[in-house]
Amino acid sequence: MLLIPCPFCGKREETEFHHGGEAHIERPKDPDALSDEAWAEYLFMRTNPKGVFLERWVHLAGCRRWFNMARNTATNEILGSYKIGEKPPKGAR
Amino acid sequence: MSKYSIFSLARNALNFHKNWEQAWRSPDPKESYDAIIVGGGGHGLATAYYLAKEHGLSNIAVVEKGWLGGGNTGRNTTIIRSNYLWDESAAIYEKALQLYEGLSQDLNYNIMLSQRGVLNLAHNLHDVRELKRRVNAIALNGIDSEYLSPAQIKEIVPIINISPHIRYPVLGASIQRRGGVARHDAVAWGYARAADALGVDIIQQCEVTGILRDNGRVTGVETTRGIIRAPKVGLVTAGHSSVLANMAGIRLPITSYPLQAMVTEPVKPIINTVVMSNAVHCYVSQSDKGELVLGAGIDGYNSYTQRGSLHVVEEQLAAVCLLFPIFSRLRIMRKWGGIVDTCPDASPIISKTPVDGLYINGGWGTGGFKATPGSGWTFAHTIARDAPHRLNAPYNLDRFTSGALIDEHGAAAVAH
Repeated sequence: MLLIPCPFCGKREETEFHHGGEAHIERPKDPDALSDEAWAEYLFMRTNPKGVFLERWVHLAGCRRWFNMARNTATNEILGSYKIGEKPPKGAR
Repeated sequence: MSKYSIFSLARNALNFHKNWEQAWRSPDPKESYDAIIVGGGGHGLATAYYLAKEHGLSNIAVVEKGWLGGGNTGRNTTIIRSNYLWDESAAIYEKALQLYEGLSQDLNYNIMLSQRGVLNLAHNLHDVRELKRRVNAIALNGIDSEYLSPAQIKEIVPIINISPHIRYPVLGASIQRRGGVARHDAVAWGYARAADALGVDIIQQCEVTGILRDNGRVTGVETTRGIIRAPKVGLVTAGHSSVLANMAGIRLPITSYPLQAMVTEPVKPIINTVVMSNAVHCYVSQSDKGELVLGAGIDGYNSYTQRGSLHVVEEQLAAVCLLFPIFSRLRIMRKWGGIVDTCPDASPIISKTPVDGLYINGGWGTGGFKATPGSGWTFAHTIARDAPHRLNAPYNLDRFTSGALIDEHGAAAVAH
């Protein structure tokens, strides 16, 4: 069970949260102009790294706010969480 | 390779089983091969076997970073079935099941296939309608498939709770009577032994650290035991598909999640079939040793740790005890996790890649074991002919660009 540091509420158990997948995937600015390859990249392709991963979480059973977190997928070690719009913690990228 | 038979068993019994020959060699890697298969699990070994047997390509190596079948081949719950909804899935999983049915004879290795039937339960009106639709769609593809009432389920599984008053009552089930279980290790070992006999070099403790390319063509692999060259390389590394593809600069639509399974202490024969439930997330069968083999849903976040969170196990065991109250006092002996590489459409990728001579087989999600022979059969064809087999043509990497997805999210007993 992960102990997740919500940037708004502090450390809470994983069961209060829902995982939102890879962070920092930007929605296409001009969807009409997008090629099929660019759509595939946006919708489906993921980095899925073995190592430090920047991901989104939502504190569903708490403050219900979205935030980002840096976690090592090889060890589940959490490097820190940060609010949307903020920079990842040092050492995460 | 000497043949396994009742006579070889008797002969070796006279020597107190001290003189059994090794099932496969452990050669040092040669400098080059005609093809290299990366990954010595069931799928990789099956690929090597069919490359040698069906396509006459025997100067090949299987390189494995750990030991044979030590990844997802040894971590699944050994269930085999082909009751998939879509035509593309039905075709490849049914091919796999048909190959399984003759595999012990073909490999001269007892894979202990037990076609004890697989039940999928319905717990609400929507489940019932969906299962009936599936039963009919599957039957239209020529695959055995029936619908059962709660009373009929109770006849097959007397210990199941079909009371209408529980939280998720059992309202019906589909059954594939040809489905069942097999000994997962034996599938890997049988393919390894048969491939080795055809001249395939199986090299364990040899981790691939890089994929060599020249002008958009693959030329070999860098390993912890040196460089091995080959004009063709097949990646069959379930749990690490993205990591390996990344070495060749290829991005995949795959996310890797932990999937947990567990066994109880052994008990006398109590359930002689396989029971799966989508809605409450559990699947149960009993091994020959008497342990109940239980599977959970996948964990909520991606990870390569081969372990998951305890609350997933708690939910899974609550579901098991709801359906089978008699299990409530059993103790769990072992629990483990495997890493399942999951595609957005919950279907695999068996495909050529943008790099010439590099092929990929992965993304099987939670359902790779049952597909092992069919996966190897079609991947061997793809590598040997540099073109997909009819059965895996739909499972190309381009489908994520063209939009021709094969949406099998409803096929598994676990949510993706």
